[in-house]
Amino acid sequence: MQVPVPFDYERATSVEHAIGLLARLGPSARLVAGGHSLLPMMKLRLANFEYLIDINDLHNKLGYVKVEPTQIRIGAMTRHRELLESPELLRSFPIFHDAERVIADPLVRNRGTIGGSLCQADPSEDLCAVCTTLDASCVIRGLDGERVVRMADFYRGPYETAVGDAEMLTEVRFPLRPHGSSAYEKVGRRVGDWAVVSCGAAVWMDDGVITDARVGLAAVGPNTTGIPAISQALRGRPPSQDLYAEAGAIAADYCTPVTDQRGSAEYKRHLAAELTRRAMRRAVARVHGREL
Amino acid sequence: MSSLFEEIREPVAGDVPVRRVSITVNGVRRTADVEPRLLLAHLLRQGLGLTGTHTGCDTSNCGACTVLFDGKAIKSCTMLAVQADGHEVTTVEGLAGPSELHPIQEGFKDEHGLQCGFCTPGMMLAAKALLDENPNPTEDEVRWALSGNLCRCTGYQNIVKSVLWAAKKLQSQSAS
Repeated sequence: MQVPVPFDYERATSVEHAIGLLARLGPSARLVAGGHSLLPMMKLRLANFEYLIDINDLHNKLGYVKVEPTQIRIGAMTRHRELLESPELLRSFPIFHDAERVIADPLVRNRGTIGGSLCQADPSEDLCAVCTTLDASCVIRGLDGERVVRMADFYRGPYETAVGDAEMLTEVRFPLRPHGSSAYEKVGRRVGDWAVVSCGAAVWMDDGVITDARVGLAAVGPNTTGIPAISQALRGRPPSQDLYAEAGAIAADYCTPVTDQRGSAEYKRHLAAELTRRAMRRAVARVHGREL
Repeated sequence: MSSLFEEIREPVAGDVPVRRVSITVNGVRRTADVEPRLLLAHLLRQGLGLTGTHTGCDTSNCGACTVLFDGKAIKSCTMLAVQADGHEVTTVEGLAGPSELHPIQEGFKDEHGLQCGFCTPGMMLAAKALLDENPNPTEDEVRWALSGNLCRCTGYQNIVKSVLWAAKKLQSQSAS
């Protein structure tokens, strides 16, 4: 059986309590949310901590999807299942529904959280790609208050984020813009597996012309970043199959996949192009109220 | 009772932290002194002797260790025993009394929903969580709900039939 090294454990009763514990215990302490990335890593002893601070009791405070006129705010402890079942997200950001259907499995989704997924910062993490696609911002709370960091600055590299010692991700904010929609496409080897390649797309339109488009890829390089060249290439142009193919070609060119047990770099590039085309096509159809 | 397990003890400097937990397991409040690193699956099996909860992959993939945690299906190899303190856990032993079968268990028997039986407790608890929320699921919904539970023998066909059988039985019971 796999067992982590010995550690001590405390339950946080509030955000302030959690941050206070982090400040007191230093980098030997780690927050545990859903635990479905952290505990397997600790069992394999890829990650070792002296203290775990359990923030699951904060779910009633940090588990929410709040719709405001210009943004949607999602609490860091909102679980995958709650994201999957949220009617507000399905209406405004159907990309969440697409992605959550293919993240892990129903049992894992009962525990895993959006905050945990982002802080784990695995380059194959689907929600990182979703948040990048939607131009999300992360609210990070520390001893001296809050700061808001955009996804491009939040994600520092594999397993590294802008969250510092004695800080905690508390909320993720998504700007609401009119006449837009979104979609997510993933190819995995089997149910519940990490992506071979995933792709999120969001598109906004006005008068038959694309006013803005964003694409976020996962599992094709060390960074889960947006692709500015796609946004630039698509703005001001009417959607067409050729345009989706052009976006796909940019995505394939931009990404930096490596050959591993999930597939060759060449195959992943092919997928990056194809999934970008499919996600763009679906997002544009949804802008027009159609489901492909 | 005490549940400090020799097999996971290792020589460590200083004192090993120990926490007292109180968990309602199958309706009965159980208390144990555990190391924080003890997994819920191990507490259930070795500490409480409830060996119906199986540990298969130990990596939160296979779902053999599925239990209900406050009514929701979770993988007990990926939850610490200390995290269950103050919560309710249902294992396969809690589905029915020792001399009776729960309709889900009857379904697995009648529809031949198992061969080796290793995945069966997890399958049945994932099915219980589904039927508690959705008493009349479609075949697709059953397959969806069981997608986190792996079976290496039966090819799932009879497992799905078993759950649909149980849904019918439970509905006819509640109607009468």
